[in-house]
Amino acid sequence: MRRYSEAIWILVGMFPVVPAWAQEQQRQPPPEFRSGYALPPLNAPMPRAEVFTVVDLLVLLAVLSLTAWFLLGARSRAGVRVLAVFSLLYFGFYRLGCVCSIGAVQNVALALVEPGYVLPWSVGLFFLLPLVFALFFGRVFCAAACPLGALQDLVLIRSRRLPAFLEQGLSLIPYLYLGAGLLMAATGTSFLFCQYDPFVGFFRFGGPATVMAFGAALLLLSTVVGRPFCRFLCPYGVLLRACSGVARWRVRIAPSACVQCHLCADACPFGAIRPVTPNADLEPRPVGRRRLAVLILLLPLLVIGFSALGHLASPALARQNRVIALAERVWLEEQGQLWQTTEASEGFWNSGRPPAELYREALAVRRRFGIGATLLGGWFGLVVGGRLILLAMRRRRTEYEADPGACLSCARCYAACPVRGEVSISLPHRVTGETGVTWSR
Amino acid sequence: MADKGGLKSRREFLAEGARTAGLIAASMAAGSLVTRRAEATVWQIDPLKCIQCGRCATACVLTPSAVKCLHAHVSCGYCRLCFGLFRDQRSGNETTAENNRCPTDAIRRAFVEDPYFEMTIDEDLCIGCARCVKGCNAFGNGSLFLQIRQDLCARCNQCAIALACPVGAVERVPVSQPYRMKTEVRR
Ligand code: SF4
Ligand code: SF4
Ligand code: SF4
Ligand code: SF4
Repeated sequence: MRRYSEAIWILVGMFPVVPAWAQEQQRQPPPEFRSGYALPPLNAPMPRAEVFTVVDLLVLLAVLSLTAWFLLGARSRAGVRVLAVFSLLYFGFYRLGCVCSIGAVQNVALALVEPGYVLPWSVGLFFLLPLVFALFFGRVFCAAACPLGALQDLVLIRSRRLPAFLEQGLSLIPYLYLGAGLLMAATGTSFLFCQYDPFVGFFRFGGPATVMAFGAALLLLSTVVGRPFCRFLCPYGVLLRACSGVARWRVRIAPSACVQCHLCADACPFGAIRPVTPNADLEPRPVGRRRLAVLILLLPLLVIGFSALGHLASPALARQNRVIALAERVWLEEQGQLWQTTEASEGFWNSGRPPAELYREALAVRRRFGIGATLLGGWFGLVVGGRLILLAMRRRRTEYEADPGACLSCARCYAACPVRGEVSISLPHRVTGETGVTWSR
Repeated sequence: MADKGGLKSRREFLAEGARTAGLIAASMAAGSLVTRRAEATVWQIDPLKCIQCGRCATACVLTPSAVKCLHAHVSCGYCRLCFGLFRDQRSGNETTAENNRCPTDAIRRAFVEDPYFEMTIDEDLCIGCARCVKGCNAFGNGSLFLQIRQDLCARCNQCAIALACPVGAVERVPVSQPYRMKTEVRR
């Protein structure tokens, strides 16, 4: 291996301005056929036509709209289920899971930072559509359009409730994962969400062994813990959660007055239902206020502290990047500190690129890492601090409510609720001035 | 859910504002996407960067790999003892099967006219291991080269081979020009 390339290298060394491959082309003289022999064509078939991308987008739009209607209009769990199975088959097994809205987050990040990469319009719309729907109808994407969600939902047999501290702690992971994924994407390192997507391997009947094993374990867990990927990993879920928090129409459990039977909270496999608050406050108000004030003061400290940690970690993170790893290797070889070449460094030396150019490129990437890792740290501080503040705040609830951020819009609680009768979806007071549209069941 | 007083409507008011802001941002983003109409991308190997390391055969998420060896006959020397096909050229007329580089015997050799032989790749057998490419590149004209066959590729958002490739030879290319040739090759 080394021998061949050395031979070529010496050859090229004699004609330093001509690239290596141009020399290679000349090694054997072109044949002169006398028999009228015709060259066979090159077999290079085109990819799937781009019109099918439009089809994919229309399917996504249709699934999202229908889900919103089944969920909020017809209040039908069966309808949502059918759509989920369809999405699993279409976006999962037929379209092989790519490109999905979760992965599109990274394309958006890369396009924002890297001038050489322009976001394809189709990928951009995959990113946007579910978020816009979440702004109005909650996480309908998660209910039935996401093949990863559908897969976990279908294998769920009996969900166990997790202890609150575990649920709270684990639900911070998606924020960190989102931040890390954005950093790696924006630095052109890799698309983590795709690389470690636990379920996409099932759609393709193959993939890296470790990721497949992780996927299998997670799927097994999904039979007893409701949608562990969605709740404790999914980075897109962070964005959907934020949009869904202000949704105009969303899952409303009891069709009329809630009788506070707690049945829905038991039925929700995702721990998304918030019970009514006890009438008498457990602790005096000033205590709560003081705690809140302390936590609000703590927030900037957390942000600064974690930013500093992120900054310190940035060189280690940067080594994940191929350009930086290569530049470090080439530097050591150039300085004579390493004698052996690796495949990567040998490929670099053979390419004839001046090392200075590589170092410049690596420095630019490292600068991006410096900024990005600091922001990532700050983001995590913000998330932790913000969560503490939210936990300290008490909201009064007079009926059982689905938490708009955490609810995955699966419609299971509808069937569990013993209250029957009118289904009313109230429009906000400001818009109508009165209670809004009413559907009969 | 009738009117519940100030708190409720204040929260509703904020939510309404957030929704409107979100919708405006989304429409602006969608607008710029549609006006720019940037093309989708696919992954492709730059044959000039490829060092024939063999990872293409194993790193692809598909089995067999979506990478195949293509043959640009236009730059082929039609060598009698093809450097891509045969392993060792020093010991004479070693045109036997034991001397094949290709682990799956995917290279077809056909006599054209004296002294030329035509090599074609049986793509059903090719696993994209690059052994033939290596031989052809080292001693021949480099007319054999690896490419991701776009009709087979699953179009992963992150190509697994791009991550495994030691020299970063797998890159995004616009979907309208999905192959990368070494030289101008007519299709
Ligand atoms: S949380 Fe994530 S994985 Fe789960 S359904 Fe929603 S988008 Fe899909
Ligand atoms: S629809 Fe109901 S059961 Fe389903 S996630 Fe939301 S609150 Fe839970
Ligand atoms: S040697 Fe490898 S790349 Fe070449 S034809 Fe055979 S399988 Fe394909
Ligand atoms: S994009 Fe996916 S299917 Fe295509 S070559 Fe790369 S790993 Fe294989």
